[in-house]
Amino acid sequence: MSYFSRTKLIEKIKFGLLSPDEIRKMSAARIITADTYDEDGLPIPSGLMDQRLGTIEPGQRCQTCGNLVSNCMGHFGHIELARPVIHVGYAKKVLKVLRSICPECSRLMLSEEEKENLRKEQIKHRKIFHEGDEDITKIVFKRARKNKTCPYCQGKKKKIILEKPTTFYEEEEAKGSRRITPIEILERLKKMIDSDLRILGISPKNARLEWVIFTVLPIPPVCARPSITLDSGIRSEDDLTHKLVDVIRINQRLRENIDAGAPHLIVEDLWELLQYHITTYFDNQVSGIPPARHRSGRALRTLTQRLKGKEGRFRSNLSGKRVDFSARSVISPNPYISINEVGVPKEIAKILTIPTNVNDWNIEQMKQMVLNGPNKHPGANYIIRNDRRRIDLRYVKNRKIIADMLSPGFTVERHLVDGDLVLFNRQPSLHRMSIMAHEVRIMEGRTFRLNLTVCPPYNADFDGDEMNLHVPQSEEARTEAELLLKVQEHILSPRFGGPILGGIQDFISSVFQFTSMDSLYNTKDTLKLLYMGGVFDQNPDFDLEDVEPSIKEPIPLYSGKQVFSTLFPDDLNLRVRSKFCKKCFTKEGGECKEEDCESDAYVTIKNGVLTTGTIDENSFGAMQSNSILQRIIKDHGNARGRKFLDNATRMLLYVIRQEGMTMGLDEVFVKGEAYDNIQKVLEDANQESKRLIKAFRENDTSVLKRAPGRSMRETLELRVRQVLAEARKQAEEIAANFIGDEAHSVIMTKSGARGNILNLGQMSAVVGQQAIRGERINRGYTSRTLPHFKVDDLSPKARGFVSQSYRHGLDPSGFFFHAMGGREGLVDTAVRTSTSGYMQRRLVNALQDMVIENDGTVRNSDKNIIQFKYGDDNVNPQHTDHGEAVNLDVLLLKAKTLNMNEIKEELKREAKKPKSKPKKKRKEKEKKTKEEKIEEDISETETKETSSSEELPSEEELQAEFEKETGKNAIWRGKITQQYKEWKEEKYGV
Amino acid sequence: MTKKKKIDVLLHKYVPKHVLLTKAEAEELLETYKIRYTDLPQMFEKDPVAIAIGAKEGDVVKIIRDSETTVSQINYYRYVKKEKV
Repeated sequence: MSYFSRTKLIEKIKFGLLSPDEIRKMSAARIITADTYDEDGLPIPSGLMDQRLGTIEPGQRCQTCGNLVSNCMGHFGHIELARPVIHVGYAKKVLKVLRSICPECSRLMLSEEEKENLRKEQIKHRKIFHEGDEDITKIVFKRARKNKTCPYCQGKKKKIILEKPTTFYEEEEAKGSRRITPIEILERLKKMIDSDLRILGISPKNARLEWVIFTVLPIPPVCARPSITLDSGIRSEDDLTHKLVDVIRINQRLRENIDAGAPHLIVEDLWELLQYHITTYFDNQVSGIPPARHRSGRALRTLTQRLKGKEGRFRSNLSGKRVDFSARSVISPNPYISINEVGVPKEIAKILTIPTNVNDWNIEQMKQMVLNGPNKHPGANYIIRNDRRRIDLRYVKNRKIIADMLSPGFTVERHLVDGDLVLFNRQPSLHRMSIMAHEVRIMEGRTFRLNLTVCPPYNADFDGDEMNLHVPQSEEARTEAELLLKVQEHILSPRFGGPILGGIQDFISSVFQFTSMDSLYNTKDTLKLLYMGGVFDQNPDFDLEDVEPSIKEPIPLYSGKQVFSTLFPDDLNLRVRSKFCKKCFTKEGGECKEEDCESDAYVTIKNGVLTTGTIDENSFGAMQSNSILQRIIKDHGNARGRKFLDNATRMLLYVIRQEGMTMGLDEVFVKGEAYDNIQKVLEDANQESKRLIKAFRENDTSVLKRAPGRSMRETLELRVRQVLAEARKQAEEIAANFIGDEAHSVIMTKSGARGNILNLGQMSAVVGQQAIRGERINRGYTSRTLPHFKVDDLSPKARGFVSQSYRHGLDPSGFFFHAMGGREGLVDTAVRTSTSGYMQRRLVNALQDMVIENDGTVRNSDKNIIQFKYGDDNVNPQHTDHGEAVNLDVLLLKAKTLNMNEIKEELKREAKKPKSKPKKKRKEKEKKTKEEKIEEDISETETKETSSSEELPSEEELQAEFEKETGKNAIWRGKITQQYKEWKEEKYGV
Repeated sequence: MTKKKKIDVLLHKYVPKHVLLTKAEAEELLETYKIRYTDLPQMFEKDPVAIAIGAKEGDVVKIIRDSETTVSQINYYRYVKKEKV
């Protein structure tokens, strides 16, 4: 197949049954012998491998069509069956029809009138829906079955039973049951008239029901069941061939027996055997009969098994295929490459190619690549000449000649080089971010390298994960990848309208330490950091001298906040509460102190400067909405967001490498008074539990009051669990206080980098209650969990409360309980993944080809309307702010920091301009300008007042006034801002 | 057998407002979306609401309801179909 081959349209596909005549007509050979090859290894004529069924040997011409292997698609043969046999798949349909027709005259057992009515219904339905109505056919079967006497010949109908899979019985109350042979069924079905068949939903032209009873069996061509020659020279036949051998053998024996006039019983037995073989030939998993087996005991893989299920033809060969131009390798991290990039091993780059058209502009490069050949890196593997002949550079003796031959119009399949776009994927591909486009970076080594921040969307880690890489081959595919699939286009997730990328783990720890109050850097370190963060690349005019150090004496020191601020765009404004926030405003009478927060938990970024607050997971982490990253992307686009992420992670990596971040056993070692306190808390809880248990035994309702809707036993469990949970919490708190805020493990948990307080508590204070199915452990022996305990011991220790910490070490029973709880977790995840995977499959299959049309409706592939307006509001969640189309808080904050004079200028300019501006101003923008206008009016009055004062105020006063008026800094990073200068000029004409 | 109490389903708080469209309105709807009757979502003739508002096979019903997550007053349309069996 060539790229230039003509496209043809499929107008229609017709499905139907093959009639015996048709089978004979399309048959190339009648198969008589059950054998395949003779001693010389030649196919036996009229055997299952008859050469007329198509060639399999290369170089040999087909006896039927005269083509070589590559062009011969194989030809069917046939077997004449000695006795008719029913097709398993249609047994149910046959039963339904037999039940609704007269055994004598084979007419549908409904009156003409009824038939006419149903026919009319059917026609009406066809007019609207362009297909038959299955509901009506159902009614036909239902009604016809009820009639016991034929309205045409007065024949009596008997009850017909199907004994699975293929045996039919006719039952008469007095006489018992009698088998209906396939011959009889065939006769009855043959007698049916076309109009009756039509009412039953059967097309008399394409699928007369009698054709499901085989008198002739088609034999598939040899290429559909190829035999394999093993290394030892032994031929191994396909499962289908094996099955067909059985069918032919039994068929022959049956015929011989019938011809010889064998007793009825023997013939019947052989007939049944033939039916069995043909049944299993079609489906080897029919219930009610044992599956046919190979000599080794393995069940045969026959026709149905070839198509069905995950490993079947449809799901594994048609819906999904193995592809060329792909690679797979282990992944490993590299924080120095961009999130848009992927490191590709040289070995892989030399195999994967991109077809490049040679033109006047790239011919020199292409020549060099051809000269380099397939084994030197930026080389080429193939050349396609003007006449579409392909040259394999591996077998070219002198590549110089080929390189000189190159001219525009040639295509060079060149190696992957830096900057090529490839698709990168990690299974399971659960959402669209599982496949994204990356730019290639050729690297030494044998693993794919990727930036750490793209781990969350792929759900990847580096414990041996492997990922796949695909190379788009056409210009269209590459463009599409560039515009739609690049990682930077997926920073904002369509799931929750926030960034799915962001700092993870060490980056969070790092940014937390970096931007906390006491981090200070001297000029040298600061410059190094700025260099790592690419500040000078991003902003070539940047000069550290312009920034006023937060401490000037004795040496200038810059705060981490200042350094980190250099990464932000100048107009970034943000207010977020960090994870450290104590939620003062939720407490009664409490109020958020905002910028003056004692724990530095209120992050304020004003005109691109981080003034207060410590950055942590909430403002910098992955999957956090309203984070710095989201705000940058909303205002400056994906590319700026990507740069910020790249630069920030690089800077933070340097920070954490200088500072260090580690954790040891002694960090969670709680000793001295704190340890005693924890033990006391635990002992108290133990005593309290014992008191409750005692009350339970004595049925003392004053101590243990029965909870509503629960039994005494349940109440006890509830109370004990509560007491123990409370104790664990207290112990945890004591331990946390003892460890303090300086410990690295605490920094990690509190900043949200990794782990939580509970983990720390389990390490340092107490592991706590182990649970199975949400209850304390109560399984094991009769009335006790382990032989260490007395029967009916309900004490915390006997029911899975582990009162030691990991640091201290668990006692044997505690260790065992912990393992029990841990196992439950493992089982849960295993079950969850399989069930949710199946759910996902069903959901995707149901939703996959729905499309939002240009009129905003959601439609399926038939263009039926599924939803009249996408999402009821036509909003794309990826571009929302956490699901909201407009984030008012952010808009207001932005409006507050706007420079009124600048806007006034702009409005003036705008007014002067002729009305060439397009009308599609966004609603949001209009809204904003409205707000601005109002504020503008206010500021205008103020301006008049100030300008009326005659004396010129001092510079400091002016600056203060400017800041007050516009909310912008007059001096920013040590420089008088342009905005201020303009403002001054306009106001005072200075 | 006790007589079944008749309930007006239209008064139930979980039943949104249903409006039976006239032929002309229905045609107009089909024209705006450039669709055929069968491209609309369907409801059965035996649907309690269809009975209550007297919708017969071939009619188009407009349903007006508020969305929990987004805007209020969204129109949905249903093609009334006869239920078989």
